[in-house]
Amino acid sequence: MTVLLVLLGGAVGAVLRYVIDQRVQRGHDSAFPWGTLTVNVAGSAVLGLLAGWVLAGGDSSALQALVGTGLCGSLTTFSTFGYETLRLLTERARLYAVANVVITVLAGFGAAGAGLVLGSALWS
Amino acid sequence: MLLAVAAGGALGSLARYGLAVALPHPPGGFAVATLLANVAGCLLIGVLMAVLLRARRPHRLLRPFFGVGMLGGFTTFSTYVLDAVESVQLGRPAIALLYATISVLVSLAAVAAGWSAAHALLRRRVLTRSAS
Repeated sequence: MTVLLVLLGGAVGAVLRYVIDQRVQRGHDSAFPWGTLTVNVAGSAVLGLLAGWVLAGGDSSALQALVGTGLCGSLTTFSTFGYETLRLLTERARLYAVANVVITVLAGFGAAGAGLVLGSALWS
Repeated sequence: MLLAVAAGGALGSLARYGLAVALPHPPGGFAVATLLANVAGCLLIGVLMAVLLRARRPHRLLRPFFGVGMLGGFTTFSTYVLDAVESVQLGRPAIALLYATISVLVSLAAVAAGWSAAHALLRRRVLTRSAS
């Protein structure tokens, strides 16, 4: 059962990432990877919410497999983030590369923290 | 196209889940499984992109299935962030900081390593072929 939920969440997360990335990137005429930043921050916020729910006493291994491991895990990506950062470095857009790392990490942690606080407040 | 992304994402996520089950970490401890998945996925995306760049006519579903789907699903940013947040919550900020920093630095190095290694190998193959 858990395996099926991870498969399902993983499939939906990857498709969502692909669609959101295309939409966001089309709206920005820029070398900066806004699409990947968007999915990584959004996924961290949702996973933070889920962690807040668990902190408030929520307990469902099915939901954690489907939404946590599957959906959020697959919606967010480290490989594309890493590849795009490297590409910015090699294309001599060093400032963009550094900004991508700093902004992604800070915004990701901020979103997860906000989700966590909101989640535990909502459900406690 | 979307089907290839979905199938790759499902398989990549399952592999990540399997790794997490095989290599559990204590609450608040160093999340070895997530780090391994992210570093391995980064190494492989470097290899994949170098191969696709060199390939004369790569199949149009190769990148959606392997790159976007499988490696995107195998690696994760959200779990990485929450692993570190959990370490802070459980009073282990040093582990959180170490894990957060190492993940980014080693993953970036892995992309570069995968890319350069594949690039060098492919170039050598082309050179040998044209010499013979």
